[in-house]
Amino acid sequence: MDIIKFALRRLATMMMTLLLVSALIFLIINLPPGDYLTNQIAELRSTGQESGVAKAEFLRKEYSLDRSLPEQYLIWLGVWPGPHGFSGLLQGDFGWSFEFNKPVSEVIGSAMWMTILVNLVAVLFVYMVALPLGVLAAAKSRTWIDYVSSFVGYLGLATPNFLLALILFYYGNKYFDLPIGGLMAAEFEGQPMSFEKIKSVLLHLIVPTFVIGTAGAAAMMQRLRANMLDELNKPYVTTAWAKGVPPVKLLAKYPLRVAFNPFVADIGNLIPSLISGSVLVSVVLGLQTIGPALLAALKSQDQFLAGFVLLFVAALTLIGTMVSDLLLVLLDPRIRFGARVR
Amino acid sequence: MQSLLSVKDLSIGFGKNEPTVDQVSFTVNAGETLALVGESGSGKTLSCRAILRILPSSAQIRSGQIVLNCRGNDIDLANLSERKLRGIRGDRVSMIFQEPMRSLSPLHRIGDQVSEVLKLHRDCSASDAKRQVLAEFEYVGLNDPERIYRAYPFELSGGMQQRAMIAMATVAKPELLIADEPTTALDMTTQAQVLGLLKNLQAESGMALILVTHDLGVVANMADQVVVMNKGRVMESGSADLVLGSPAHPYTKKLFTAAPVIPEFAQPAVQTEAADIILSLREVSKTYGSIQAVNGISLNVPRGKVMAIVGESGSGKSTCARIALGAESADPGGHVFFRESPEADAIDIQSLNPVQRCDFQRKAQMVFQDPHSSLSPRMQIVDALTEPLDIHSIGTAAERRDRAIELLEQVGLDPSMLRRYPHAFSGGQRQRLSIARALALRPLLLVCDEPTSALDVSVQAQILDLLEDIRDRLQLSYLFISHDLAVVARIADEVAVMRRGRIVEQAPPELLLANPRHPYTQALIAAHPEPDIHRPIDLDTVARGAGEPDTWPDAFRYTDGAAPPLKKYEANHLVRTHA
Repeated sequence: MDIIKFALRRLATMMMTLLLVSALIFLIINLPPGDYLTNQIAELRSTGQESGVAKAEFLRKEYSLDRSLPEQYLIWLGVWPGPHGFSGLLQGDFGWSFEFNKPVSEVIGSAMWMTILVNLVAVLFVYMVALPLGVLAAAKSRTWIDYVSSFVGYLGLATPNFLLALILFYYGNKYFDLPIGGLMAAEFEGQPMSFEKIKSVLLHLIVPTFVIGTAGAAAMMQRLRANMLDELNKPYVTTAWAKGVPPVKLLAKYPLRVAFNPFVADIGNLIPSLISGSVLVSVVLGLQTIGPALLAALKSQDQFLAGFVLLFVAALTLIGTMVSDLLLVLLDPRIRFGARVR
Repeated sequence: MQSLLSVKDLSIGFGKNEPTVDQVSFTVNAGETLALVGESGSGKTLSCRAILRILPSSAQIRSGQIVLNCRGNDIDLANLSERKLRGIRGDRVSMIFQEPMRSLSPLHRIGDQVSEVLKLHRDCSASDAKRQVLAEFEYVGLNDPERIYRAYPFELSGGMQQRAMIAMATVAKPELLIADEPTTALDMTTQAQVLGLLKNLQAESGMALILVTHDLGVVANMADQVVVMNKGRVMESGSADLVLGSPAHPYTKKLFTAAPVIPEFAQPAVQTEAADIILSLREVSKTYGSIQAVNGISLNVPRGKVMAIVGESGSGKSTCARIALGAESADPGGHVFFRESPEADAIDIQSLNPVQRCDFQRKAQMVFQDPHSSLSPRMQIVDALTEPLDIHSIGTAAERRDRAIELLEQVGLDPSMLRRYPHAFSGGQRQRLSIARALALRPLLLVCDEPTSALDVSVQAQILDLLEDIRDRLQLSYLFISHDLAVVARIADEVAVMRRGRIVEQAPPELLLANPRHPYTQALIAAHPEPDIHRPIDLDTVARGAGEPDTWPDAFRYTDGAAPPLKKYEANHLVRTHA
């Protein structure tokens, strides 16, 4: 039951962190002078469109951009009454996107799930590639297997993602008839889930997963290789060797278990780097993830949209960190016992 | 008689270099103990690992045969296929290692690691394996085997870990057990008990034992046959009573002269009460969380003398050393007084202002245990030696350099070594370097924390010589921390024996060794393996005193955690007892 207590405590600190992050995000978005609407009003005035100015002024009141910054923040959170009573993140009202002229929830909607899907698949890809290659490279260190896998890994690290994307699209389409761009074929957009739609999505995911995942996989593979090499010379591995444990089992049961810790601890760190890395890729590949929306929102100071997207990414990261912490506690008795003592 | 294992002309080398093990031959008979004796770099560990072919990947067996007699068939392990060899490892021939903590996987339960041997080599069910493992635990003296089975290595003490390792190695009833320095990382009393256990196991099961060790005392207690190795070659071999009784080879003789021995004092020297105290600990205690590491220690270091603290791991001796240097503060109520000269006022180093502290640090320096990790591998010797001067802004660059040369000469090293890096030096030379660095600021007091325990015996003797020499030449005073009574008996003027944070007995070494009163002191002395087959370890005495304080005889027992007082038994001789 220690683990449940640990999880609850971890959840509580996560909530506190999220609150702090939300304040920081709000502050940073509002650091540049003005906001979306004052910018718009200034533009309308200079072009002499006075009618639009009235509408913008109305929106400013409607979304309480005329209030003080702390007040705005609290209204955004939903702990302070705005023009329409309590209506903020806590109540499930994510605000209005000025850029897209519709509610943030509608802008994000399906893109949020697509983001989660793309990143989940990318994380899985990273782990599935890095794990066997890293172990192999360590077990066969200083042989051609090690050199080849390191070479491929560094190639993956060094190639710009968008370039890789374009190359893969071209050749994938030419030789394997892979679709170009988007996350599903056009006819499935807005359609309910069906077997055909899932198939289409999966087919569309192949290239993006590869593009987003290679850099992460290469880095992780190198880390795992280094960790494994450190462990391979430890006396407990020799002990197992002297017991007559067969080679594959020897690697998997002993050094890999120990080298696995940093690997697990990386889950949390992987998510933000994947998402920020995938913004550019999403734009190039035309993926309907929140990446492009975030880019647009940040450029035009669309504060509710940008704030929500950043908070969403932060929440994903925190959840990832929490998952990796819990996994570590389950995997490593030393951490488990340390947690019990505290 | 057909021998169980015979190694013939074995040569092992790294890459294209000269062989590290050169034409080594030895044989082991069933039920016998063979000791492979040598100092670090002698090739003893490589030779014994070659038997199971668990060598580092860069080392290869160049030539030779390793013939194991297996139920009447001779098998050459040097040329056996890897797959067949796996059937031998852990089953017919098993192995235990030096550091049990690092030799057990930290992430697997003890039971899992031990029963794995049976799962690999015996066709038995999980429950059957567990039953056998529990029986083996009981057999190697692990009480409460069910708990041990579920425990992780870090939940056990060093002695229990090594017992678990032994259980792992013996659960499949091998014909040969290879023990590579099995007790070197253990406390003295634990070492005695583990050696006793190995002997019993062997007597009952009839397995043969190859014992790799640097300690002639261990050899004298265990071996039937002895092979002395140096620089990859066999120097001398033969039966234990011959090799130990009348060593023929000069190298063996050299090892004997260097072997630490607890001297037998015929007549205790008369001590005069020293009045000039340089360092004084008064009622020093230290609590970490709920653990009381040090409990009411009072000690005096007389000027120009050596005060030694002897104890095993967890006794609080190193904490005392750190408190004495002001590196850690004692619990409120404790004081550490330092008197720079007989005329000066004593200062309490617990309450120094930053200027005074800097001043005190120049006068009290530390020599560490492990010369390999206490010198930065990225600093040239000259930088390591001048750094203290640099920190305290003493002298010009040229003066500092001259001082570094002077320091090297003081510790018996050649000044031409100034520009080298630490990796170019042997363990003994590195310990000389760390002594030189400690001397850089011309201190009055050196705190030596196990300065010789990481070194080979022959080097250990030289370092002790050096410490004695500079003490007299530079009029230094030492607080000397050690786990080894033989080392302490040689250098100390007074010895305090610590156990679980308290001093249990204190006296000059002659008195203490000639007439130990406390059961723990008696156990420490009895546990010391002497390089003489006619003076075996007295396991009963060890068992009486080595346990926790609540297992000691009535007169010494702690009741409800309250210890009896430290009483004067005779002049200069204190014992913690009710009597």
